[in-house]
Amino acid sequence: MSEQPRRASVPKREQVRPIRALVIYLALSLLAASTVVPLLWMVSTSVKQPGVPYTDFLPGVPTLRHYAEALQLTPFSRYYVNSIIIAVVVTLGQLSTSAMAGYAFARLRFPGRDKLFFAYIATMMIPSAVTMVPLFMILTRAPIYLNDWLGTDYFTSEQFFLGRWFAGVPLGADSYFALIAPLLFSPFGTFLLRQFFIAIPRSLDEAAMLDGCNAFQTFTQVILPLSKPALATLAIFTFMSAWGNFLWPLIMINAEQMKPLPVGLAGFIGEYATNWPLMMAGATMMLVPMIIVFFFCQRFFVKGIQLGAVKG
Amino acid sequence: MRADAPTSSAAEASAPRKRRGRFRKYLPAYLFLLPNGVGFVAFMLVPLAVSLGLAFTDWQMLRPEVRFVGFGNFVRLIGFSWTEDGLAANDPDFWYFLFNTLFLMLGVPLSMFASLGLALLVNHRLPGITVFRTLFYLPTICNGIAVLMLWRLMFHADVGMINQALSAVGITGPDWLQSTAWAKPALIIVAVWIAAGGNNMIIYLAGLQNIPPELYEAAEIDGAGKWASFRNVTWPQLAPSTFFIFTMGIIGGFQGGFNAAYIMTQGGPAGSTTTISYYIYNTAYDGQLLMGYGCAIAWVLFLLVMAVTLVNWRFGKGSALGDG
Repeated sequence: MSEQPRRASVPKREQVRPIRALVIYLALSLLAASTVVPLLWMVSTSVKQPGVPYTDFLPGVPTLRHYAEALQLTPFSRYYVNSIIIAVVVTLGQLSTSAMAGYAFARLRFPGRDKLFFAYIATMMIPSAVTMVPLFMILTRAPIYLNDWLGTDYFTSEQFFLGRWFAGVPLGADSYFALIAPLLFSPFGTFLLRQFFIAIPRSLDEAAMLDGCNAFQTFTQVILPLSKPALATLAIFTFMSAWGNFLWPLIMINAEQMKPLPVGLAGFIGEYATNWPLMMAGATMMLVPMIIVFFFCQRFFVKGIQLGAVKG
Repeated sequence: MRADAPTSSAAEASAPRKRRGRFRKYLPAYLFLLPNGVGFVAFMLVPLAVSLGLAFTDWQMLRPEVRFVGFGNFVRLIGFSWTEDGLAANDPDFWYFLFNTLFLMLGVPLSMFASLGLALLVNHRLPGITVFRTLFYLPTICNGIAVLMLWRLMFHADVGMINQALSAVGITGPDWLQSTAWAKPALIIVAVWIAAGGNNMIIYLAGLQNIPPELYEAAEIDGAGKWASFRNVTWPQLAPSTFFIFTMGIIGGFQGGFNAAYIMTQGGPAGSTTTISYYIYNTAYDGQLLMGYGCAIAWVLFLLVMAVTLVNWRFGKGSALGDG
């Protein structure tokens, strides 16, 4: 990250000759079609009238009945709400913890700082499967032990958070806590933001310190405002991965009303095995928010991949 | 940030007081690390230690007693014994699933070359080229359960689009996901479809745009054609990107395959798409709930990943990863 990408040296290519341009466009169009056609077929299948063969690419007169069906047959709207809660809280939480730790590793001094940093990011290579069994065990048993210890049954009985919609146990399997808490910290996020903070000129925070700012004020008033692109990038990637997270909720969640979208949707396969329009309607509903986010935030994707991977 | 450098070496403070002073000096740093530190200890360090312990036990979820079995799980997992038929693996399933995992990793070089090809195509300065970049990136955005369900339908023997397209050119397609021969290739096709135009294409694109144009000019002066300048300039200049993409692909490949197999094939037919991560899931969370054995498999997986990472460090220092 010590140097910015060399924008100036992007070669000014010679004019592409028309014949060659045509060939390139043709190749691009074919490849783009093979990317987009399956997705279009998904949408088309989801709006087909009963009786129109699945094999037809075009749906004929479109119908939204399968969407209505998906929402009626399953607590699909609840899956949606769960996914949104998880993705939003995880994103905000991970951003805060990563920014704070990244700042400490980039700017503050304490003994063993760099060693600790490298040890911390080295844990990125530990497969999640290694910690999953104990995490599952700890999180499912914690409420039982806490109940025994405190002599209550609070931790295993259903509570109403913000009314009926968010009813659930406070801890353990089938709780928001289990779905969210393990994702609130991230070596990768810390790494990404630390690398970005290091590239901010030190003279800026020295000036702030001279003006009497303490570490916290420097962090919130100098470093964070200058890091909006990096923060936005991390936010998008965190949001996306929390939205798509599958294995962990699959293990932790049994209760229908606590399932996030991917787990709820996967349940369609067993329930409605051959009802393809219904399944495709569910799949389309899951993808729409992601595609909208993508079209609004495209530039951050490119930035983020370069920051995280190439420029690392 | 020289502000907090040692200032008072002259002050003759007593030892504990000095220590307290130092702690106070570093307090802001510790406070900034606290939230992440708590999460790290609770959700990484403690489970890691517990996992290591469990790997040496025969613990089953629904059985109260836990027995220490030493290296028993590991011997059962990767060991061999003499039988009447000669040397045989103690857990033949593990070796089969490791083979499946490696087979599916054929998708890593395939999607890497696809990414390079796409990057070369979208690196042209033509009107509307960014539209294509966006379209190629779409599968990465959509990656997940929804797209895997779509591909379950795509590969359906009768109504799936793949077999329809094949029959249009006179080929009768196989029943992809129900066939031990074709299920793995089907999963590789899906993996390539998802990854080709995604992050790796963008990494390659950035790599291409960072190649100094003088190198191409020099090659042109030397009379190099398109292919020769690709071979002698582009490919070697992209080596750090290639190295990075390939290593990350291998590391991911060892751990991967769960979602696709779970949604599209349930690990079948006859276990032919069960990968190591799927095996861990089956062992620990399905059926007998063998938590101890599941942890042992996970640690073997960790060692495999670490071996790849160490090779990466040994040969890739200072290239793609910079100071990270």
